[in-house]
Amino acid sequence: MSLLEFARGPAIHAALIIMAAGIALRIIGVLALTRGADLSRPRDAFGNFKGYRTVFSRAWPSGEFTTTTRYQTVVAYIFHIATLLVVVGIVPHIEFITSLTGLAWPALPNFVGVALGTVALASLIALITRRLAKPAVYNSTVGDYVTWIIVALPLLTGLMAFAHVGLRYETMLALHILSSALLFAYMPFSKLMHAFWFIFSRAQSGLAYAHKGVRI
Amino acid sequence: MPHEPTFGGLLQSQGISRRAFLKFCSTTASLMALPAGIAPAMAEALASARRPSVIWLSFQECTGCTEALTRSSAPSIEALMFNFISLDYHHTLQAASGDAAEHAREQAQHENAGKYLVLVDGSVPLDEHCSTVAGISNLAMLKEACANAAAVINIGTCSAYGGIPMAKPNPTRAVAVGDIIKDKPIVNVPGCPPMPLAITGVIAQYLTLGRLPELDHLGRPVAFFGENIHDRCYRRPFYDRGEFAETFDDEGARKGWCLYKLGCKAPIAYNACAHIKWNNGVSFPIQSGHGCLGCSEPRFWDIGGVYESVATGNFGDSAKLGAAAVAGAAAGVGAAVLARRKKTELAAHEHSSD
Repeated sequence: MSLLEFARGPAIHAALIIMAAGIALRIIGVLALTRGADLSRPRDAFGNFKGYRTVFSRAWPSGEFTTTTRYQTVVAYIFHIATLLVVVGIVPHIEFITSLTGLAWPALPNFVGVALGTVALASLIALITRRLAKPAVYNSTVGDYVTWIIVALPLLTGLMAFAHVGLRYETMLALHILSSALLFAYMPFSKLMHAFWFIFSRAQSGLAYAHKGVRI
Repeated sequence: MPHEPTFGGLLQSQGISRRAFLKFCSTTASLMALPAGIAPAMAEALASARRPSVIWLSFQECTGCTEALTRSSAPSIEALMFNFISLDYHHTLQAASGDAAEHAREQAQHENAGKYLVLVDGSVPLDEHCSTVAGISNLAMLKEACANAAAVINIGTCSAYGGIPMAKPNPTRAVAVGDIIKDKPIVNVPGCPPMPLAITGVIAQYLTLGRLPELDHLGRPVAFFGENIHDRCYRRPFYDRGEFAETFDDEGARKGWCLYKLGCKAPIAYNACAHIKWNNGVSFPIQSGHGCLGCSEPRFWDIGGVYESVATGNFGDSAKLGAAAVAGAAAGVGAAVLARRKKTELAAHEHSSD
């Protein structure tokens, strides 16, 4: 079995199984762990509505923090949008998703895919640079750096495979699929679960504050 | 002593000019990445080369490799070179049959011990009864023929890597020649079928320089299998621009766009098809509108569907993913119930101890 056969076969299959089971486990596990009923009267009659509103309102920092978080906010937005577009927008990825789900949609032109991948990788480097430069702000753990590497590897290997540079194409493609498999398997058990948690954590914060009558 | 014709003598008798012969030598030398200055020496050595004895063993195969080699549209020097070698044993081409044929093989092995070449097409079944010739299993015949051979050249993917007979579920437990023969130099010339020029190129180098060509990590001559087909494909600009044929009869297909989405395996295939081409340089599969199958690669039959692109996963359907999600959800509920129960117990315990 060649490296590519391993990557396209058992490796990515196992990673997707772990990811599917892991995401279901963590989301259902946490949501089923409901809190006991809060017996105090909510101070804000529209608390629930306001709580859910924070899911959207916290997508942008509060006015007081605009200046200090500008770099982080802008670069992080660029990274997330570029990565998302690359993940669902280029031909090989659509081919993969179609083979799994049967769904298909028009792809971005290749040069746009390469540009977006480059922007995603560059913004990820910009983020780690700031994290390294300001340890007091980020208070990083080893997990943060491990996560950064696991996210950066598929971008790097994908760009190299797409452009046919570096090792032979089948090896670069295999490394890209393997690094993506690592990302998939790691995702549910790491802070990358924020892809799902952000909705619940923002809503929970909003609900708790609104219940207490805190202006949000 | 019987008269042994030289290759030069054969070409002369067939009306091939020296100029044409020198052209062939230059082409072969440049193809094999040999220094340009070697062409005259190659011509001299080739012209005076004596007939090398060749035993061609056909095992689990379809004879397509022989067809590719013999069905040249015009009698080329490559084909003539093949006429020149003393093909002492070849099921399809030899005149003899039955005991006489087997006797010819044994005689060639005996008289040319240590000097003859063994060319093999077809894979070797480890379930020996699955394929026999004259009552001799393929495995036994291979071992016997290779015992005193100078070198082994695997013609086609079946003998080189197991090929289609080895494809899942491999009912005959087929293996490649290299899985059995470990003590002889082996050159793989894979393809389904392989390019005739690659076969004759290897033989030409062996005849002239007395050595086998430089090989890649899969035992293939780098000169013919060192290039990625996708890199040499004339449709590559369409790939780079993201212009793909979606079906075999859409506008993209008619315009000759890239066949990547129709399952072309060129990005992971190494062969000389895209630049040497077939039928005297007329065309090759991608040029005729069908994606590359990657036939020169090991296990090409099992590396995903012919019409599935190389980017797709190769693990059947996604049923296990759905099952995993359900199992994960069940485990999540279980974990939450256990956690809540523990919380209740702790609270009760705390309450009772107050």
